[in-house]
Amino acid sequence: MDSRSFYNEILTEHNMRPYYKHDIDDPDLVLEGVNPNCGDDIWLKLKLDGDVISDGAFTGDGCAISQASADIMLGLVIGRTKDEAIRLVDIFTRMIKGGASDEEIEELEEASALRDISHMPARVKCATLGWHTLEEMIGRK
Amino acid sequence: MSATGKIIRTNEDIRNDFPLIARSGYAYLDNAATSQKPASVIEAESSFYTDHNANPMRGFYPLSLDATAIYEDARKSVASFIGAASSDEIVFTRNATESINLVAYSWGLNNIKAGDEIAVSIAEHHSNMLPWQMVAKATGATLRYIECDTDGTFTDEELMRTINNRTKLVAFGHVSNVLGRCNPVRKIIDMAHSAGALVLIDASQSIPHMKIDVMDLGADFLAFSGHKLLAPMGIGVLYGRRSLLDDMPPFLMGGEMIESVRRDGAKYAEVPHKFEAGTVNAAGAAALAEAIRYISDIGYEYITNRDRELTIRALEALKRTDHVHILGSIDNEDHNGIISFTIDNVHPHDISEILAGDKVCIRAGHHCAQPLLEHIKTPSCARASIMFYNNEDDIDRFTESVANIRSRLGWE
Repeated sequence: MDSRSFYNEILTEHNMRPYYKHDIDDPDLVLEGVNPNCGDDIWLKLKLDGDVISDGAFTGDGCAISQASADIMLGLVIGRTKDEAIRLVDIFTRMIKGGASDEEIEELEEASALRDISHMPARVKCATLGWHTLEEMIGRK
Repeated sequence: MSATGKIIRTNEDIRNDFPLIARSGYAYLDNAATSQKPASVIEAESSFYTDHNANPMRGFYPLSLDATAIYEDARKSVASFIGAASSDEIVFTRNATESINLVAYSWGLNNIKAGDEIAVSIAEHHSNMLPWQMVAKATGATLRYIECDTDGTFTDEELMRTINNRTKLVAFGHVSNVLGRCNPVRKIIDMAHSAGALVLIDASQSIPHMKIDVMDLGADFLAFSGHKLLAPMGIGVLYGRRSLLDDMPPFLMGGEMIESVRRDGAKYAEVPHKFEAGTVNAAGAAALAEAIRYISDIGYEYITNRDRELTIRALEALKRTDHVHILGSIDNEDHNGIISFTIDNVHPHDISEILAGDKVCIRAGHHCAQPLLEHIKTPSCARASIMFYNNEDDIDRFTESVANIRSRLGWE
């Protein structure tokens, strides 16, 4: 995988100017996600309105892939129900493993820019950090 | 031919000795993690299995005797390479980590007591830190960290503060795997000995680059891995002074380390075999002996000159690049082929990923030295590390790629 094409505009833009990287007041759910090997560390915070994710944000540090991926994820799931978000996490996780269909990947919108991570095994954990943290927060109780 | 009759080999000749360097097109600058292997070393390992394979020290048939001789000759090569008094002072292990653990479990747990102190430099690789944390916890001894300045210097005041008459052991790396700084180990050994302490030197990062003489240094124990010294993975060395090794109990129990075994106990073999339980890595030892022959043939004078030229070239280019910060000393002479750095707003893993796309291999992360990075307030960094087979083109590809990283990530 050529990193020149991988670090594309979508990824660098979300890394440099993340829309959701800030704190929010009174979140309903808060969870830390860490990749101990590389030091990626995020705090994911969500507000819920019934079953709907009404707002969300993250803070923390990490590589461009972990930060951009978390930012893209929040843009995708805010305004959706928890069940819809979980379904998107599942598609994203399968896309990273190379096991999602093109139709499914289309549903991921900007997150589809990370599909080539499936060829970069060392960076899979960076890309999935935010998504796994979200799944742990709202998924399978 | 030179005036002395020695064949002068060019850098290009040397690069052609290393199949992966010659063929891959990689600018391989992760030598502090592991070195590449010359064809003669690969051949030495494979020829053990194709021509001499039998279990050393077990059989009485010629093939096994031959295997034994190859293994013991390798031990002699190592002994003479590092200036040991006798090959009995050389224990073959898997790597430096196992060598240090051997000393910690065998010597440490039996000689260190509650109230004693162990002094360890804060710059150590985890392999020369965690075994001593274990010994301190198990014995009730105090673990003291010898702290360096941000440029990696250990001051006399700091050494005097941390080494005293309660100190039983000082564990010190010769060259830091992060900062590249060569530590004044002879002075540290003298201070430790005056205080009545023993010293273990981790020479993993120094022996590929500079001549080591254990007698001259006065080291009590010295550890290194073969794989950073052109040899295969899975063969390492512990040097220990004979009188110390003699009094130490075995580390691992099993075959090949005994004289006789009865239902109620065993009589252990003499050193060094007492510490080499189980079937040994004879092919690895044979290949290490060939690596030592190869290094000796090239000569440390050539190696240190080449390290120096390439290190200066890389450091000067990085110093001219905005937003790049070099860890450790600002003096080019203090780096010994190891260049750790950060780039503003770019995570080290993104640095190494982008360099990988340009076929430049470097390391990123905490380099198994988390307490040091915390001490110098750097969460993680990228590291390029040089060997004598690198060339100017490797360095230029690396520094040019580094210079472009921020713009590739959209920062400028």
